[in-house]
Amino acid sequence: MQTYYHSVTLDKEKCMGCTNCIKRCPTEAIRVRDGKAHIIAERCIDCGECIRVCPYHAKVAVTDPLTSINRFKYKIALPAPSLYGQFKKLASIEKVLQGLLALGFDYVFEVARGAEFATEFIKYRMKDQHLERPIISSACPAIVRLIQVRFPELIPNLIDVESPMEIAAQMAKNEFSKKYGVDKKDIGAFFITPCAAKMTSIRNPIGIYKSSVDGAISILDIYGPLSTVMGNGSLSNGQEFLQKATAVGVGWAKSGGEGRSLDIDNYLAVDGIINVIKVLEEIENGKLYDLDFFEGLACIGGCLGGPLVFENNFVAQNRLKKLIAKMEPHELISSDEIEQAINQCEWKWNKEILPKPVMKLDDDIFSAIKKMEELERIYADLPGLDCGSCGAHSCRTLAEDIVRGHASELDCIIKFREKVRILAQEMIELSDHIPTGKERKPNDKEEKDENKRNYQKYTR
Amino acid sequence: MTESANNEDLVMVQTYEIEAGNFTLAGEAASNIKKLLRQLGIDAKIVRKVSIAAYEAELNMVIHSLGGIMRLEITPKEIVLKARDDGPGIEDIELAMQEGYSTATELARELGFGAGMGLPNIKRCSDKLHLQSKLGQGTYLEARFFL
Ligand SMILES: Nc1ncnc2c1ncn2[C@@H]1O[C@H](COP(=O)(O)OP(=O)(O)OP(=O)(O)O)[C@@H](O)[C@H]1O
Ligand code: SF4
Ligand code: SF4
Ligand SMILES: [Mg+2]
Repeated sequence: MQTYYHSVTLDKEKCMGCTNCIKRCPTEAIRVRDGKAHIIAERCIDCGECIRVCPYHAKVAVTDPLTSINRFKYKIALPAPSLYGQFKKLASIEKVLQGLLALGFDYVFEVARGAEFATEFIKYRMKDQHLERPIISSACPAIVRLIQVRFPELIPNLIDVESPMEIAAQMAKNEFSKKYGVDKKDIGAFFITPCAAKMTSIRNPIGIYKSSVDGAISILDIYGPLSTVMGNGSLSNGQEFLQKATAVGVGWAKSGGEGRSLDIDNYLAVDGIINVIKVLEEIENGKLYDLDFFEGLACIGGCLGGPLVFENNFVAQNRLKKLIAKMEPHELISSDEIEQAINQCEWKWNKEILPKPVMKLDDDIFSAIKKMEELERIYADLPGLDCGSCGAHSCRTLAEDIVRGHASELDCIIKFREKVRILAQEMIELSDHIPTGKERKPNDKEEKDENKRNYQKYTR
Repeated sequence: MTESANNEDLVMVQTYEIEAGNFTLAGEAASNIKKLLRQLGIDAKIVRKVSIAAYEAELNMVIHSLGGIMRLEITPKEIVLKARDDGPGIEDIELAMQEGYSTATELARELGFGAGMGLPNIKRCSDKLHLQSKLGQGTYLEARFFL
């Protein structure tokens, strides 16, 4: 079995074992054991829900530091369109892109531009009538992983087109190496990311063997340095104009941006992982068979609501809306360019997406059934409060953990109390029979009865 | 509820009570069936088929019947879904099996049901379907899925 890389990790020092995160995890991937949270690697989809909910900031997303770009001779920045929504009174997107150059990058290629090509590839791919409907967007890696873990039956519905980030990285490297005649090996492409899930996708790609992206820097980390250099920069003479993406690509930062770009009426866009789960259940039940395209984004509001952004989601939504409204309707991608890209770019997945059957109790169906019966028996015996004190998501999850051998019934606080009470009772009863010998004082029994009454009061 | 197996071939049986007219709980049994099959490690394609059939059968009981029992049987060779309700029964089974035929009430239609696709869907998903019904007595549906 491969080991899983995850961007989302626990800062053990900060974790108080409070169990806030357990309930919010959509794949039941967190357990609190010995007073600290643990993430079950096979189950985690890097959605970032636990980062948002942890009151002690003990859940963190590991991304690359800005200095890591110096590993490469030539450095390209790939800003996510959600970056544009972070700045107050931004005069133009160009300012952000020039700021990235001032920070030490040699070139900037907008992921929004990658999204425009992705749009064309998806349109092209959707002409295939054999694809299972509704076609499901694969833009949000947290949702693709959610499908692998919780909705494996829907894997065939995923659109097999690479993400805007991957497409942007490929095109940027091609462009740069051609223009300056440098070896692609010397170029590093760095995604400026709103989320942990994308970081994980670079190390652990989905649908492809190796990512073209070399690292990811979080928007949170780059916001400070970038705002500083953005203030004093103006276009120096002869400098190239970097902004090429149109409103179509920039719109992908918001929920519904992808669906809108596809020029189809019959699409549904949903944001927030809980909402997405509800709709995926409907699709799984065959209820949405007349839908053409489903876009689900793990974060509320889409990538602008990502766990690693600086600005409040709703404020950023509003800013991006204004920026888009101001954008001049400049040239879209020409059909020649599209055809060229379809032929030259590796835009289609070449590695199968496999289900992650983490819910499976055993490889052998007979043993699985035995365990299932055991699970039901244990579950029926648990209090059913779903209180989370045992460190598991619900009583049922605890029963599952017990059957898998990872927990014991006594992890349940109610069960534990019951057991203590029974033991205490037995001890008291036993103590009545303590061989007294010669030294027994006459008032001993009375004193003990008093103790017994007090103890019962205490344990009630 | 889990019953221990009595028949030699029969490995596992689960039963679910379905309440008529309760739209809040509708779909719960199918969802539990899906989770169970997944935990048993049944192939994803079959899980999907069984859960679609279970969902449609469950909703038909909620919408059209007076309530009943759904039963899931798992053997090494097949999964059998049995749904038995207490009436009112289906007048013309052939007609009911046709795509688009529905007697769903206005309320059910407002909730998005009543396309007349449920029974045809069950037929499409299952490897074998048996449906019998008697007016005034009830309906019995049995769908088989080969493993
Ligand atoms: N358990 C049942 N008891 C009584 N009548 C039923 C039962 N199941 C189905 N029917 C009848 O058969 C018809 C067709 O059922 P079917 O499931 O195909 O469509 P529907 O339930 O009306 O709509 P949909 O399933 O698309 O929401 C129903 O409208 C109803 O008249
Ligand atoms: S990132 Fe998401 S899936 Fe992973 S542990 Fe946190 S809440 Fe669970
Ligand atoms: S919605 Fe966007 S920011 Fe959030 S997890 Fe998905 S890709 Fe990342
Ligand atoms: Mg029906």
